[in-house]
Formats: sequence, C-alpha cells, structure tokens
Amino acid sequence: MSALELSSRSRLDSRRARARATFGQLLRSASFDVGAVIVVFWIVDAIFWHALVPQDPQALNPLAALQGPTAAHWFGTDWLGRDVFSRTLAGSTSVLEIAPLATLLGIAGGTVVGLVTGYYGGAVDALVMRLVDAFLAFPLVIIAVLVLSLLGTSEITVIVLIGVIFTPVVSRTVRSVVLVERDKEYVASARLRGEGDWYIMTAEILPNVTTPIIVESTVRLGYAIFTAATLSFLSLGIQQPSPDWGLTISLGRQYLQIAPWIVLFPAVALATLVVAVNLVADSIQQVMAQ
Amino acid sequence: MSELRSADDVLSVSNLSISYRRRARAMRVVSDVSFSIRRGEAYGLVGESGCGKSTIAMAVMAYLADNALIDGGSIRLLGDEVIGARAADLREWRASRVAMVYQDPGSSLNPTMRVGRQLAEVYRYHDHVSWDAANASALTMFERVQFADPRTILERYPHELSGGQQQRVMIAMALAANPALLILDEPTTGLDATVEAEILDLVEELLRDIGTAALFISHNLAIVSRLCDRVGVLYAGRLVEEGPASEVLHTPHHPYSIGLLNSIPHWGATKDHLRLLPIPGDPPALGQIPSGCAFASRCAIAEDACLAAPPPLAPCSGVHSLSACLRRDDAADLAAVVAKNEAADGPAPVATPVRIGREAVVEVTDVIKRFSAHGTTLTAVSDLSLTLHRGEILGLVGESGSGKTTLARTIAGLYRADGGVVRVGDATTRSRRERASFLQMVFQNPDTALNAKFRVARLLGRSVKRLNPGLSADERQAKVLDVARSVKLQESHLDLLPGALSGGLKQRVAIGRAFTGDPTVVVLDEPASALDVSVQATILNLLVDLQREHDLAYLFISHDLSVVRYLSDRIAVMYLGELVEIGPAESVMRPPHHPYTEVLLSANAAAIAAGRARIRLRGPSPSLANPPSGCRFHTRCPRSLGELCATVAPPMQVADAGHQYRCHIEPSALATLQSLRPDAAAARDAETTTDTDATTTRSTRGHS
Repeated sequence: MSALELSSRSRLDSRRARARATFGQLLRSASFDVGAVIVVFWIVDAIFWHALVPQDPQALNPLAALQGPTAAHWFGTDWLGRDVFSRTLAGSTSVLEIAPLATLLGIAGGTVVGLVTGYYGGAVDALVMRLVDAFLAFPLVIIAVLVLSLLGTSEITVIVLIGVIFTPVVSRTVRSVVLVERDKEYVASARLRGEGDWYIMTAEILPNVTTPIIVESTVRLGYAIFTAATLSFLSLGIQQPSPDWGLTISLGRQYLQIAPWIVLFPAVALATLVVAVNLVADSIQQVMAQ
Repeated sequence: MSELRSADDVLSVSNLSISYRRRARAMRVVSDVSFSIRRGEAYGLVGESGCGKSTIAMAVMAYLADNALIDGGSIRLLGDEVIGARAADLREWRASRVAMVYQDPGSSLNPTMRVGRQLAEVYRYHDHVSWDAANASALTMFERVQFADPRTILERYPHELSGGQQQRVMIAMALAANPALLILDEPTTGLDATVEAEILDLVEELLRDIGTAALFISHNLAIVSRLCDRVGVLYAGRLVEEGPASEVLHTPHHPYSIGLLNSIPHWGATKDHLRLLPIPGDPPALGQIPSGCAFASRCAIAEDACLAAPPPLAPCSGVHSLSACLRRDDAADLAAVVAKNEAADGPAPVATPVRIGREAVVEVTDVIKRFSAHGTTLTAVSDLSLTLHRGEILGLVGESGSGKTTLARTIAGLYRADGGVVRVGDATTRSRRERASFLQMVFQNPDTALNAKFRVARLLGRSVKRLNPGLSADERQAKVLDVARSVKLQESHLDLLPGALSGGLKQRVAIGRAFTGDPTVVVLDEPASALDVSVQATILNLLVDLQREHDLAYLFISHDLSVVRYLSDRIAVMYLGELVEIGPAESVMRPPHHPYTEVLLSANAAAIAAGRARIRLRGPSPSLANPPSGCRFHTRCPRSLGELCATVAPPMQVADAGHQYRCHIEPSALATLQSLRPDAAAARDAETTTDTDATTTRSTRGHS
C-alpha cells in the first residue's frame, strides 16, 4: 500500500522536524550553550583523560611534594608529589560514572512507583506516599552513612544508594502528573474499550508524562553529582588512591593552609560541572514548558 | 471608514492590524479592522474562536500580551489615541473611560478580599472619597445590579458567591467608575443557561438605563443581536459584515453570517424535518490567512475574483449593512445558494418511525451514585430510573450539578453505582469486552479525550483491535480506513497527531473511535458544545447520519435545549440528581411540563427569539450535599404551592402517553397555568419571579 509507505516516511519526517525545532530552540538559549559546552568537555575528559593528562595522575614524586603551580605542574603538586592538573582531569571519571547511572536508577524506580500509586490511588497510594514522607524525613547523609557502613563501600553500592534515595523524590513528581492525566477522558476512553491497567499506565499515560520526567532527570543529575562528591568527601564513596574530586578535596583539606591548590582545582572542577548541568536542566525545563 | 467617524464616537478603531509573534514568526490575527461606537450605543462583535475578537478588546484596553505586535491602525478612545499612549494616561483612562467584564469572573476577583471592599476600592481610587462614602456607593451599586440582599453580599468573599453572582459583582465594579465605554468579553459563556439569561437581562437593562457605550463580544449571534444596536461579524481577523443588529440577524449579506445562522438549529426544528446546514471545512489556522477572501475556501458562491484580494467592506443595496463580499447584492438568493450547496452533502431528513416500545438496551433502575470528600457526601444521582430503547435518541438535559454527566458515566460503567441496577444490553453482554463493543462514549472535550501522543491511525487502530477481536492486520487496516471515511476524515488525517487537527476534526476522530466496534448504544456527553458553531452543525449532522445508518441508541447530553430538541426522540430532564421529567420530545416541550423545564425553556436564547415569555429562577442553586426537603425544586420554583412542596416529595404525574413529570400540580392545572402567555404570563412574571433578586428590580422595571 503506497499510501502507507508515504505515511511512514512523512511520519518520520515530522518527528524529526519536531525534534529539530526543539533542539534549535535549546541552541538559541545562551545558558544551554554554555552549560552544554562545559558538560561535553567533562564527558570527553572522563573518557579520554589518558590521552589528555601530561603525567600519570598516580605517579609519586615525594621530592616534589606540595609545590605551587609551576610550568611543569600547572596546578601544583599534592602531598605525595602527584600532579594536581592530571589528577583533576582524571578525577571526573568516577563522578560521571556514578551520577548518570544513579540518576537513571532513581528515575526508573520513581517512574514505576509514581505511575502505580498515581494511577491506582486509594489505599496503596496513601500507604506508599506516607512511606515516602517518612523516608524523606531522614537526612540523606545519615541514611548514606548507615547503609554504607553496613554494606561497605563500592561504586555499585554508591550508585544503588543514590538511586534508591532519589526514587521517592522522583515518584512524587511523577505521581502528581499522573494524578492529573488519569482523570482525563482519554484514560476513561481506554477503560471503556476494555484496556488493562498496565496498558493504560505504560502506553497511554507514560508518553504524556515524559516531559516532567526528562526535566526531573536533568535536575536529579546535578544533585547526583553533588551527592556522589559529598559521599566521597565523607570517605563513604570512592576510596584512595582514586583521583576523585570529592575524595581529593577531603584528603587535601589538611594542607589547605600551605597548599590550597590541592583542594582549589578539584573544587572548581566540581563546581563547573554542577553549575553546567543545572544550566542545561534549566534551559530544558524552559523549552519543555512552552 | 474614516468618513463615518464623528466627534460623538466613544471608540473609533480604524484599520487596526495585530500580529502575534511566536517562535520568531509573526502571525496576523487582526487585519484592517475599522469600526466605531457612538455615545450610548451597544456594539456587538461576533465571531468564532480565533477570529481575533478578544484581541481587539485587549488592544482597546492596551492590555495586549508581550508578544503581540500592532502592525498598524489607530484606536481612539474619546478622541485620544490608545496605541503608544503613556502608561500614566492609560492607567487614568482604564480608571475613568473604559472598563471591562471578563469571561471568567472567578479569576477576575481577588479571592482574599470581601467583594464589597473590592468594589469600594474602585470608588476610593477613582473618586478619592472616604471609606464610608465608598462603602455607601458600593451598596448602591450592588442594588443597581439587582442583588436581592446587597448588604450581605458586600460581606462575602468571592468563593462564597455563585458564578452568576460573581459576574454581577464584576459588572458592578466595571460600572463603578462610570466608564464611557464598557467592554463585555463573553460575559456569560461559562454560566448555566438560566444564569446566563439573568445576566443578559441585567446587562440589557443597564445598557438601556445608563446609556453607556458598550462593546459586547460573543460567539453567539442571537445573544448579541438581542442586546446590541449594531453588530460586526469577524472572520479570520477581518470584519466581514457590519450593520444594524436586526438586519444582520434577519437578512445577513455575507455568506459567513448566513452560514453561522444556518448552523444553529432554530427553535422547534427537529432532525426528522430539517437537516442542519453547516459551513463546510474549518476556519484558517492562526496566522495562515489566505491572500484573498479568507472565507472563499468554505464559501458556496466563491468566484475566482474572491481569491485575488480581500473584498472591502462596502454598503449593500437596500439595507444599511456593510458586507465584505463581492457578491453581497446577491443576498436574496445567497441563502438559497448556500442552502442548496450544503444540502447536497448528506441524505435528506426523513421522519423516522416511533422508536419507543422496541426492546430496552439500557435499563437504569433506582440508581444512586454518591461522592464523598472531606467528610461530606454528595448524592449526585438519587434513585434514578430510565430506559433507553434500541434505535432511539434520548436527550438528557440539566444544568451543571444536575448529575447528568455522573449518570452518563455510571451507565457507561466508568463509575460503579452505589445503589440500584444499571443493565446494559442483554444476557449475552457479560464480559468487559462484550460490554465495550455494545456501549461506547463520546466525551465533551476532544482535546483531552484523544491521547495527544497517538496519531489518528493509532487512535482508531487500537480501538479497532480491541473491539473487533479476531481481525487480521489487513482487515484492521481496512476497518480503520472505513471508519475514517464514515466520519468524513481524509486519509491524510490518519498520519497526524491530534494537536495538528482542528477541534471539529478531533471530535470526528473521537466519534469514529467510538464507532469502531459497531456499538448498539453510544453515550454522547455534550459532543458539540466545545466546538465552534459552524463546526457544531457538521458534528450533529454526522451523528444523525450514523444513528440512522446503524440503528443506534444515543444517550445525548447537552445543556443546549435547541440542540436537544433538534436531535432527541425523547427528553429527560434532571435537577439536583433527580429525574424531574421524561417524555417524547414534543410533549416535553409544550405544557404541561415540569416548572424547571419551563424555566429552562424560557432561558433558551432561541426560544426567547421565538417569543417565549421569560421566567427566571429564584435564589441560588441548592447544594447537593444538603438538598432541599420535599420537592427539591421548591426553593426556586416559579409555581411553588408553598407548604406542600416544601415538605412532601412530589409524585410522578402522567401528562401524556409516556410523558411523566415530578410535581404536585396535576397536568390539567399545570397546563392551564403554563398556557397563560405571552401577555398574561409576562405580567405574572414581573410580579413574582422575573429576576433572582426581585425586590430591587421592581422599581427599575416599572419605568422601563
């Protein structure tokens, strides 16, 4: 059927056109451009830092310990004489592994919980949401300390932990939009033609709540980076001798008076990443809101 | 039309053009519009959604959105130019020269302030008087807008008032500053028919008494011509016809105005005798205004010349109207031409045999549906019984809060009844799927009834798949095309998302979806009321055709009595969750009928135009949480007998074969009472129940 072929082509075209329009609008926003450039820089760095670093970030040189920035060591050296510049570049890897995976986990969990509780409502909803409230009442750090000291620290544990911590937060956002959608007539109409609950949730409602989910993901990513760094800083996440930023800031603290560069450069790196992710998140939120 | 401008003009708009910028594109919404309003004149601006009527009002108030761009023209308010005026001047003029009443009174009032204080503030700011003087003026103004008890209303917060009362407050606030020009932007659109009628009575009276100039904006030509001296008809941002109200209403000279009037079922028309004459096609999308006459693509008498340039607004011979149609003087047979052309698109109306007495397809027995929230329980439907027969259209009428949508959803199975029995189909209709292919529903708002993320092909295809199990993929594909054709969708529409379709096309998709399983019963919940008038007729015709073709039973819900009367074989009337009347359509429409039906009838604009006496409801609508004792309608009934009605629930009276109503007054007595018209009824009327708030009106009514 030629009409059908034609239709699938035009369908693809219109979908592409819409995606292009949205992306074009994003590109026109200055804050998105700035944020995206920084984020892309750190991602490239996280993958290819081997090629970028001037020295091995783990190479010890006790004779050159605690030196200020010089031509040989642009960002100076730390207490073991390791090159701070190389370690700052290499330090993005761990955070950029943990944060996106944890975000993905939290979004997935939160979406499932939010869809189910929002859709069914009633007793299940009331129970789950009270649990969420109770969970959110605990300070994040206390939960993390408890769990990590029980289970021991590893990258996987940190990812799962952050994911689990994010799940209730995300589920609230998703639930609130699902509550609005499920009362719309298209859901009533699906019920009237005898669709099952699972189909209604995943095929009918889910596509209509993707926008808030995408926005929430970008916002969560910023928090995830921050949380991962916090856990490293508390020595609950990444362990030595990783060049991880949070860990480096934590260990370098003792040298703050005599060698502030050890802390300064990873801290600035972390800040740029978090700010950049938030810039991107804000712009996406604005474009999606239109 | 600068030659028409005179020193007496309160407002003169000339050659006004306005665009909206969206995503770096300018979209023209108002093109070259000129009109003027003289002192004391009421001018009506009529048009469908997107024709630019509200944009013009906002431009006059200088309240245009940030992305609006005035491309040219001028707006003079009492001789001063509004476009480009200084902010301080504008503020001053908005206080003293022009006031506006908006469509939604609920969001126009400050919810944190008592309404009396909000009104008094106007006097404080405008007249620089003391609070005492301002409060006194506020009281006088509330009397003027006919509140029964203005003193208590002063102390109320907006949420404690009904929609009609809120709109009265808005009108009072607009009049407080004694403006030279009053703009009313669809002031009754969100209100129930009976409340709308009250507000229109009030506006009519105020305009006559105060003599302020008014710009009345509405989509309803009948309402506008009732209240206004002159009327302008807008189409796609251009004024296509302008003239004295009665002329435009009765002898329109533009094909669009003619089409608008033909789209509405006139009072008394039924589907068995008359086919509605819709305007084919859809209005141009926003910003896509063709170079020639914007209406040409939908016009039955368009010629090549129409496509060249927009025709100018010019006088027609023999009348005072101006029309922007090149063939304006063919007006005599214009109507005939349009009618002929339209009639060709569908089967001629046929009188259908009586359908009552065939087997029942839906049987509702003593159904109760309650909702509870925050400790209070509302009984939305109480002890309601009715039967829908195969092949009949049962119209269900009632105002908001009457429970008609709840009943529809309970019948459809979306709500579970708290008492009583809903029987759909026969013994074979047991499973969810059998029920789904037996009964389907079309909702009021196609925007939310269609999943915005699904293309039309998928919307229809999924329904075909669910409701016709056992079809192969090819058969399903064929069925989708079949259904699309039956609701007059084109194949190209199948590929679009609902967002790319106009309101009328969306509703056709929704209707098509309900018909994919060849149902026996279709519940239609206000299927045309969210649509523009010109599109509404297409949908109603489509529904009639489908019903005839498939011998369907419809439960048709609407608040518009003309439409219900046009479509229905039988009519059921609901008030506060109860069925108060049911019977054959013609029988319900004439006395004796329930006093509530009588009030509904007299609130109907088309019925008023047809010379019905005006009977208005008394008092506010009671709460469903705490319905009145005895007869639920006794608190507002124009025929109340007093004690008996307040204490004893009335019995069902049989008025006619199959026609029952719930009242203490017997048919013969009620028929006599209700036949006293028009003069006798009108006199009675003025005495007792003319307006909600009778006491204050009497004096003003006396000399009007």
